[in-house]
Amino acid sequence: MEKKDKNSIVDLASELRWKIGDNFHDKLTESLYTDASEIASQAIEMPGNERNYSLDRKIDRIVTSKRFGFPIMLGILALILWLTISGANVPSGLLFTLLIEITYPALKSLSESIGLIWWLDGLLIDGIYMAVAWVVSVMLPPMAIFFPLFTLLEDFGYLPRVAFNLDSLFRRAGAHGKQALTMSMGWGCNAAGVVATRIIDSPRERLIAIITNNFSLCNGRWPTQILIATIFIGSLVPSSFSGTVTSLSVIAIALLGVGFMFLTSWLLSRTVLKGEVSTFTLELPPYRPPRFWQTIYTSLIDRTLIVLWRAVLFAAPAGAVIWLVSNIHLGEITLANQLIEWINPFGLFLGLNGVILLAYIIAIPANEIIIPTILMLTVANLKLAGIGAGEGVMFELDSTLDTANILKAGGWTVLTGINLMLFSLLHNPCSTTIYTIYKETKSAKWTTVASILPVIMGFVVCFLVTQFWHLFA
Amino acid sequence: MTVSQSACEDCAFHNVNSLKKLGIDTDNIDYVVALAGNPNTGKSTVFNALTGLRQHTGNWPGKTVVRAEGAYQYDEKRYKLIDLPGTYSLLSTSQDEEVARNFILFGKPDVTVIVADATRLERNLNLVLQILEITNKAVLCLNLMDEAKRNNIKIDQRALAKKLGVPVVETVARSQKGIPELLSTIADIATGKIVSKPRKVKNLNRQIEKSVNQLAREIEKKFPGIPNSRWVAFRLLEGDKRITEAVVNNELMELV
Repeated sequence: MEKKDKNSIVDLASELRWKIGDNFHDKLTESLYTDASEIASQAIEMPGNERNYSLDRKIDRIVTSKRFGFPIMLGILALILWLTISGANVPSGLLFTLLIEITYPALKSLSESIGLIWWLDGLLIDGIYMAVAWVVSVMLPPMAIFFPLFTLLEDFGYLPRVAFNLDSLFRRAGAHGKQALTMSMGWGCNAAGVVATRIIDSPRERLIAIITNNFSLCNGRWPTQILIATIFIGSLVPSSFSGTVTSLSVIAIALLGVGFMFLTSWLLSRTVLKGEVSTFTLELPPYRPPRFWQTIYTSLIDRTLIVLWRAVLFAAPAGAVIWLVSNIHLGEITLANQLIEWINPFGLFLGLNGVILLAYIIAIPANEIIIPTILMLTVANLKLAGIGAGEGVMFELDSTLDTANILKAGGWTVLTGINLMLFSLLHNPCSTTIYTIYKETKSAKWTTVASILPVIMGFVVCFLVTQFWHLFA
Repeated sequence: MTVSQSACEDCAFHNVNSLKKLGIDTDNIDYVVALAGNPNTGKSTVFNALTGLRQHTGNWPGKTVVRAEGAYQYDEKRYKLIDLPGTYSLLSTSQDEEVARNFILFGKPDVTVIVADATRLERNLNLVLQILEITNKAVLCLNLMDEAKRNNIKIDQRALAKKLGVPVVETVARSQKGIPELLSTIADIATGKIVSKPRKVKNLNRQIEKSVNQLAREIEKKFPGIPNSRWVAFRLLEGDKRITEAVVNNELMELV
């Protein structure tokens, strides 16, 4: 009986809805605005409106203009990357000296003096400690520069302008204009970008934004791109240009990611996720001078340290795994060598190699430890004499030059470098992001699509690039 | 209660001394306070000023898509503060608006602080009016008063409070101005010292007005004492699934 009463309300509601017609929403919104302006006219005294935001408008007219909008966006991105790349070298080197040249031998001799068993010594110091030290010295400096810069831009109010500029492109790709915001979030962290898609109303467009967020080069992958670009592309030109060329090539990869985002969004919205593009209003907030020091502080605490801590948490077990696969012997050769041998043909077929693929498997939990893993596996596989203390040890590298030498000794070419950059852009999201996608979509199907699709693209793109390279080189 | 009365804040006996920022320690809470508002109004700055947390604040819509929680102690009472996603409205189907809307309705916060940008007040009122349909226990926090002053915008705070039927506090959250007044107003609403009768939306189209009233009467009949029958009627006419469900399975009883 009671249940029926409750339903009578629902029935009445739907009856009334028929009577009102389908413009209830608009009518209600209209009333709200009428009310608001009535109150405002009695309680607010605005000065002659025009003058107030004239500076904001002047800036907006330039940064969102057809002619200058895109060049300004690219220019700012280039500047941030250039500052990151050129600024990170010195502190990176210092951390390297401290953590690896000074602390590592100290730990080794300490373990020797207390007589630690050889495998425990190897697992703890050569595996776990080295992986963590590597991640800290490679990742901390670029993050400590990149994040605050990005955050300052965010606080200034520039990101909505980026969304404004990109809106028509996204719309043409059948996606939501707000995807520009979630895309920029993804440049920091894909998991955060996926969560940010909640600002998109339509489930269809939200799903597109979630699936394609991985094409935003995340902070775990920026250092990989920067390092490989420095070694293989920056070194092709005279050293005075190498910083610029390196930055440009990293930007090219980031833009390629944006291109893939548009392409995939377009494909999805033409096939499995068909539907109308919804309209929305985007407020361009007033520009506000960011509070410099507080922004630096919060971005260091909130982003840099949290992301770094996560990387350390994943690097530690990965370091252990790396040491183990390099030290467990199957007959004559180690497990690592065996695995690399197996997948090497497939890797070479794609223009990569077995080491890179194995590194990606070991480093599934976190993108940020790819490079250390690759280097270590390369050394273990080559049995390079005189580097490191033994197999599975992440060795001492004074500079990118040393890294370059090892990679080149491992049979790497410019092609391998380019393909690694491409594959680092186009592969499955890290485990945190995959988990976040599942939490947000609650769908195993779409989580699988979002995870597998980029890997397939990566394989195809690397393969094609390799074919063309061999055709013309 | 205006920003200019800063002498009050300097006074040693001022209540701000009884503020204790508790960060994320949300145990043994006496009152729950929701923080709502448009994006880019400095909501997260207000949140940080009260809890002592340093949630990142960004100048773009959609920054806070997940709700953040923090706590503070004021006058021996412990308050949990919930930072809702910043939205322009509570009428659409996007998830951030749903989170904010459902929390204010079903979460039954003891106080809802609506943070508004004083420089764009008229546009912000749209959301304010919607929230006032849902809850009687609200305070309007007029933030960014410094920017408003700089732009020569004059707000008649008393007229505004009278029109809206809820207390209005002017703040500059960045520099902690007006925060003591905000704290004491929140406390007064939570303890029932201030009882408001907020404005309900006028200027409704005649037919809609009629339908809303008819439906609201039915709702009040079935759920006597429900404070937001008109809002529930709005949502039912909009076809909100969550509210329909709440009507059918008697959940609305809990709102009384």
